[in-house]
This record gives sequence, structure tokens and C-alpha cells, in this order.
Amino acid sequence: MSTAPSGLAQIGKSVVIKGELSGSEDLYVDGQVDGSIALKGNSLTVGPNGQVKASVDAKGVVVQGKLDGNIQASDRVELRKSAVVNGDISTQRISIEEGAFLKGKVDIHRTDTK
Amino acid sequence: MSSVSQNFMKFFRGSSGPEVTPAQSSQKLTRRSSGLAELSRSWESAEGLCILDLGSTSPTNIRHFTERGHKIYSEDLLTASTDPDLLTKDEQGNTVLDSRKFLTDNLVYPAAQFDVIFCWNLPDYLDESLVKPVVGRLWSVLKPGGMLLAFFHTRDAGPDSPCHRFHIIGGDVLEMQKIELRRESRRGPTGAVHTAVSDGFQLQRVFNNRHIENLFRDFASIKFFLARDSIREVLVVR
Repeated sequence: MSTAPSGLAQIGKSVVIKGELSGSEDLYVDGQVDGSIALKGNSLTVGPNGQVKASVDAKGVVVQGKLDGNIQASDRVELRKSAVVNGDISTQRISIEEGAFLKGKVDIHRTDTK
Repeated sequence: MSSVSQNFMKFFRGSSGPEVTPAQSSQKLTRRSSGLAELSRSWESAEGLCILDLGSTSPTNIRHFTERGHKIYSEDLLTASTDPDLLTKDEQGNTVLDSRKFLTDNLVYPAAQFDVIFCWNLPDYLDESLVKPVVGRLWSVLKPGGMLLAFFHTRDAGPDSPCHRFHIIGGDVLEMQKIELRRESRRGPTGAVHTAVSDGFQLQRVFNNRHIENLFRDFASIKFFLARDSIREVLVVR
């Protein structure tokens, strides 16, 4: 695992990981991950080359590549135009660009903010 | 059916996970929909509905329903029907699609899950071998009393009959977006990316009223709305 210039932990596109992945910092995945990803309080970005087969639990999730698995985001999910997502999405807010592909459920759970 | 092989000349997917660039489209038209108007009364007055959209992923539709507190499921059956793994031979040796495999991979939901299903123009463009099995599955996943909206061409405008995506932009207004270009790519054994481009889906047939009634004969009721643009809207209730 290398660190991106922005300070983001990064999984490069030649990297393959199988198993449970957890952490307490933002993560950029441009490689392949099979298993599960837990980043509570932090964000996951699946880059354009990323191929993730995992359930994802994070604060925010941005998908530009392919993600097979359910997404549980406490804050926000963004599907960019190149995103291909097969799985259910549960989040507070969602943004989907024209051209993104989704096979699955979108469930928006509202949290009252005062 | 020749359309099967035609479609597969245009569409392909690698088993290792395709990189799909969903339909690129430009032309947008709006149309009033009487079927949608009737259907929309149900989601304006109800909470927490479970809705299934069988068209291309539509951010507009997802936003429309999630803003109202409903759950929406998105599943693009037409694109799913282009999976080359579905190709098989029938008893006469003709190339057909394996409807059993199709329903193993798609529309996999518990019985009576949905309050509303948007079929859009799916039956007009779906391969013949899949239409009845798909409608049968839709019956089973729709709740008793649940409603399904489908559109049918009233006449064959030939290969120029465009396949549209539908976006809900009002209680009775749809934005129709022509699917003009679809591009899919996959990595070959050498790692090179191969790309196929097609000009969209072709109209497979024109259903008349009797065909449509037959197609939905297991449902409790069926209502027809004839529009000016040669589209017959059908609202069925399970």
C-alpha cells in the first residue's frame, strides 16, 4: 500500500487484496479488493480502475470504478459517471451522475439535524 | 431468433467483469403520461413504498423517489439480457436466450416485495424468449394490489423506433431520452481493451390489445391509455 500525494492511503491498480480491510483514515482503491471494507468515520474512493467485491461500511463512498457489494455510508455516496455498482446502497445522501450504472436498492435514511 | 445474434454481435461482456460505459444519449423529449398520473397518486399519498425501476439507471428517478422517502430498486433488464452467457440452443438448434438462467441472475427478490414496478418499454425491446418468463416473475414480486406501468408501441415504425430511457420529472410528465449509443469494453487475454459500439436496442415486435391482455392475464386488472405519440400505456394491478 502506498500513500498518495494528497495524503490519502492508496491501493494501486496492480494490487490485489483478499480479506477484511479496516482503518481509520480515508482510502483510495484503484486495485482489486475482495472481502469487506470498514472505514467508519472515513471515506472510501474506488478509482476508475478499481474493482471491489466487498461490503463497504464507511462515512462516505465515491465510486468511479466497479463495486460489487452493499454500501453502508453514514453520510454520503457518490456514483460518478463511470461507476458500475451491483449492490444495495444505504446512506443519508446520494449523488448519481448521468451514465452511472446501478443494480440494487437505494435506501435513504434521514437523521434529524438541529 | 435473428435478433438474438444481432444483439450479441453488438454487445458483449467479458466474464472477468466488464467495464461498462452505459448508454450515451442526447435527445430529450417530454411527454405527458396518463398512466404515470394515476400511478403517482399512490406514492404521493403513501409512505415508504418499495419501487422497482427496470429501465436504465436514472438519477432523476432515484432522486424523485428517495426525496419522498420511498425505497427504489434499479435493475436494467434490457442490458442484462445482452449477457452472452445467456446464449443457448433450442431443440431446433436455433440460438435463443436461456430464460431460466436469466431469472436466476436477475429479478431475484422475495415474493410480494414491490408496491410499484416501472416496466417502461421493456416488453417491446426484450427478446421473445424472455418476455413471458419476466412478466411471470414480475407478477410474483409485485404485492397484491401493487401496480405496474408499461408502454407499448401501437405500430411498427421499423428500425427507427427508438428505445428510450424514461425520467420522471413531474406527477404526470416524463422526460424521454433516446438511447443512441452504447459502448461496452472488456479486457482480452492480453490485457488489451476491446470495445463494441451499437446504435441501441431494436423494437422486437408490436403487441396488440389482445396480446397485452394475454401477457398480463394473471393480474387482477388492466387499464389502457392511448397517447398521441403511438404509445399505448398500460397500468396493471396485481
